[in-house]
Amino acid sequence: MITAVIALASLALLAGLGLALAARVFAVEVDPRVEAIEEALPGVNCGACGLPGCAELAKRIAEGKAEVDACPVGGDGVAHSIAEIIGRVFEGGGAKNVALVLCGGDDSVAVRRFYYNGIYDCNSAVLLFGGDKACSYGCLGLETCAGVCPFGAIDMLPGGLAVVDPEKCTGCTKCVAACPKGIIKMVPYEKKVHILCSSHDKGGRVRKICKVGCIACQRCVKEAPEGSITMDENLAVIDYAKDVPEEVAGVCPMNTIVTQVLGREKRTGEAAPVAAGGEA
Amino acid sequence: MERLLVIIISAVLVNNFVLMRFLGLCPFMGVSKRLKTAMGMSGAVVFVMTMASIVTWLIYRYVLVPFGLAYLQTVTFILVIASLVQLVELALQKLSPALYKALGIYLPLITTNCAVLGVSVLNIQKEFTFLETTIFGFGAALGFGLAMVLFSGLRERIDLCDSPLPFKGTAIGLITAGLLSLAFMGFTGLVKL
Repeated sequence: MITAVIALASLALLAGLGLALAARVFAVEVDPRVEAIEEALPGVNCGACGLPGCAELAKRIAEGKAEVDACPVGGDGVAHSIAEIIGRVFEGGGAKNVALVLCGGDDSVAVRRFYYNGIYDCNSAVLLFGGDKACSYGCLGLETCAGVCPFGAIDMLPGGLAVVDPEKCTGCTKCVAACPKGIIKMVPYEKKVHILCSSHDKGGRVRKICKVGCIACQRCVKEAPEGSITMDENLAVIDYAKDVPEEVAGVCPMNTIVTQVLGREKRTGEAAPVAAGGEA
Repeated sequence: MERLLVIIISAVLVNNFVLMRFLGLCPFMGVSKRLKTAMGMSGAVVFVMTMASIVTWLIYRYVLVPFGLAYLQTVTFILVIASLVQLVELALQKLSPALYKALGIYLPLITTNCAVLGVSVLNIQKEFTFLETTIFGFGAALGFGLAMVLFSGLRERIDLCDSPLPFKGTAIGLITAGLLSLAFMGFTGLVKL
């Protein structure tokens, strides 16, 4: 009994002493600023900065290999607090960018040309004739973007359409890279008018397969201030550096142009007239 | 030499620690979602199991037996293994940052792993010599790694499949583990040890 207690206690003491000694001998000196910067960073390890996690970015910033505003998620607030920690002055700071799915065609308005029953993933669907959407530029709605979003900012509408919540979106651009159709773009948070279409198809074909696609009628181009909306191969594109008044949305015959209200896209007009041709 | 080969085959295939002895199921289920993490974990286990076998055998032989304290082996082994892993982690961080980065996050997971304790206890039960102990610890860890890599490969594929809702995730993982274990039953009787 006594021997057991003594033996175990001395073993434990030995192990404890050994560990204490090892901690002293093998101590790794860490820059205290690294820890402070890591505290200041959002800490979600989303990888938007291009590095594996916030700890790595904190290290880079402390070493001076990365800028104080290298975290696109944290924005100006985080950049300011980091600048304070490492004794640098952070000036300026741009506007917040958020992701936007440039497609408005859910199943109630856009035609699907076959029944896809494969793996539930856009990348997989694209391999099969570019996906089941009749429009080859349309959102397939298989949640690939929602899956990669570290912030849960992408919702799927019941009709199979991804929608980004600009309030939750931090602008990490993960979904932009994940979308196999390349129809998610970064847009300034405060801009309210968007053209929700990516189709370069000719007007006639768009009319046949989607009720809310851009048919390249150019009415918005004429209505909007010079150069703020331009035509790019049968698609009207907004130049986000310029202002587009909300009234422009009203002239679109297909209701492709939307104004952002309360973080959700709201169509300006009532239901669009049924597209000629119907099912393709 | 022949006996050492038999020991290693027995530890890797016939008496595979995870699939036949059902030791170390926690990391087997927990860290096997990706092949990459499974490899990292296996590497750490190979390292720790070999070290732990050696150290616990020495402690048993030269501390516990002379003082007549063999009945304390479980407590002692847990104590020794836990502090050994901590020590290794500290040393790695300083001496080999690259290895620490590869194994570092997995090391604390193994401190109280039953597979590591199991291999130490088995070494004593089977009355192995020092060399045999080292080989057995290494082989057992290799077997663990084999099971991890096989299983994580399967799980990566299962994740892509459209499995029924009640089976999604861990449930189908457990069923797969059972089938894998059945497959390893085929090695029974390959070698006698």
